[in-house]
Amino acid sequence: MKKFSYRNIDQGAIMKLYKILKNAFLISLACLVLSACATSKKTGQMQGDVYTGKETVEYLASGVPDRVFFATNESVLTTASRETLRKQAAWLRKNSKITVVLEGHADERGTREYNLALGERRANAAKDYLMTYGISSDRISVLSYGKERPVDSGSNPLAWSKNRRSVTVKAN
Amino acid sequence: MKKSIILFFLILSPIKALALIEVDITRGNLDPLPIAVSPLSIDETSKKGFEKILNKKNIGSEISKVVENNLKTSGLFNPLNKDAFLQAPDIANLKPRFEDWSLIKAQALITGKVNLVDEKLRVEFRLWDVLAGREMMALAFTTVPSNWRRVGHIITDKVYERLTGEKGYFDTRIIYVAEEGPKTRRVKKLAIMDQDGANNKFLTLGNELVLTPRFNPTSQMVTYLSYFRNLPRVYLLDIETGMQEVVGDFPGMTFAPRFSPDGKKIIMSFAKDGNSDIYTMDLENRIVEKITNHPSIDTSPSYSPDGKYICFNSDRSGYQQIYIMKSDGTKVKRISFGKGLYGTPVWSPRGDLIAFTKLHKGKFYIGVMRTDGSGERLLTENFYQEAPSWSPNGRVLIFYRETETNDKGEGFSAKLWSIDLTGYNERLVSTPTDASDPSWSSLLSN
Repeated sequence: MKKFSYRNIDQGAIMKLYKILKNAFLISLACLVLSACATSKKTGQMQGDVYTGKETVEYLASGVPDRVFFATNESVLTTASRETLRKQAAWLRKNSKITVVLEGHADERGTREYNLALGERRANAAKDYLMTYGISSDRISVLSYGKERPVDSGSNPLAWSKNRRSVTVKAN
Repeated sequence: MKKSIILFFLILSPIKALALIEVDITRGNLDPLPIAVSPLSIDETSKKGFEKILNKKNIGSEISKVVENNLKTSGLFNPLNKDAFLQAPDIANLKPRFEDWSLIKAQALITGKVNLVDEKLRVEFRLWDVLAGREMMALAFTTVPSNWRRVGHIITDKVYERLTGEKGYFDTRIIYVAEEGPKTRRVKKLAIMDQDGANNKFLTLGNELVLTPRFNPTSQMVTYLSYFRNLPRVYLLDIETGMQEVVGDFPGMTFAPRFSPDGKKIIMSFAKDGNSDIYTMDLENRIVEKITNHPSIDTSPSYSPDGKYICFNSDRSGYQQIYIMKSDGTKVKRISFGKGLYGTPVWSPRGDLIAFTKLHKGKFYIGVMRTDGSGERLLTENFYQEAPSWSPNGRVLIFYRETETNDKGEGFSAKLWSIDLTGYNERLVSTPTDASDPSWSSLLSN
């Protein structure tokens, strides 16, 4: 029935253990902060692992980029993506006859079938945002290519970030 | 009563004692069994006859080459060099001189005879235990001459079964996606070939993107994803007639199709509004059923061989993991708990294992686990590989592998590979073009 055996341990030893643990905790916390800094740091054309460059971007109209980029395994729209989509929405409102296809893509670092679903989820994230800015859903269709149509054939994080995208393509 | 039991025992025990050669396929085989494949003997008239029909000089030795190659690629056998054979094929088939064969260290011997009978190919073959000095098996069959490669595969299946105690996988075919062109604009076609790479044939022209073909249990039908008219949908293709039809009438992308084990249903994913769920469609009455109902991605479904369960891929925990459920969609349970992401679960035809693709720390693995998720075993690690498909006897997995490109984005290729369940005997499966998404058929004979 010795449930509380720690009572027999020297209190000093416990305090020492507590201090060691506390220090270890602080060190690991510092590591976390550091790594968080590292991942959110802007390196060249990427913010975290979201592409921010212009290399593969085409324009639907002057000042209206055609694509938005995503983080690995994510379909959340970044601040920059939302800005791009607001420009697309304004342009679509002005040109009310135009219909579009949102083509969702994934990078090559995932299984084919899951990536098809992920591409569909990304394109729908863009579609939902366009709809909240007044574009009717019957002007937008969605097509996922999964990892079948990369724009950059490289096998490196920058190439993959360019390929994780949803591209708005004029359908008429 | 007592007498008959004793008799039974007496008959059994000498057989056991004499069965000196046995091949253990449950462990990695680093010491393949030395086997001599004597060319099938053929008389001059038959030889000339077959030369006219098949344009092959000696069909007997052609068939034995098929057998030899199969045995070698299985990794369990070491076919011996024919130059060392002392006995002529026709005499060996009548009665081998076992001393001669044991001299070249053969433990088993295959002999046989080919005849042209009424425009048909008649083949008999025998398997001999060289050490025990006796015949283990003798079989004969007749077929149309154009089936000569299949004869070689069937012989291998019989030998494999006799020596390992399990069904073979040689009289089978592989359906896959043939790929060509730059990585950013790949042209993909459905293609089919024999398990050993022979008789390769393209089934589509490459006008539209096609992905993930899978056989039905009789290997007559294939279900796959086609981007025909830019509408990605699951299709059904009859290999013999070439007839194609879209499966169901879904208002969006359907993908990741497979047949149920009885071949009556297709199970697949349907994506709508950013959410993919699993559905089935009955091919007879066209009734569609929704199996999963969850806001996450549910895909890559695969039935257990008894049809009672489904394993699938879901990111409902936040990341891709493997789940199983009853075939009506109830009792969903996550089974993958190791480090990394898990995808493409495929239930083994033996029912006891699930093969999968795993991504961990930037590397891709093909592995297997028990159906409760225990006993995870990784068979192979690479830059990129996925989509394992089981041989019909559940002993070998075929999958595809892609290469890393260089700084300029050059050097991409996709190839088929196979590996034994033991993790040994990894082999490139050669194809005329680049290849991906392989699916293994059931045994064509039986």
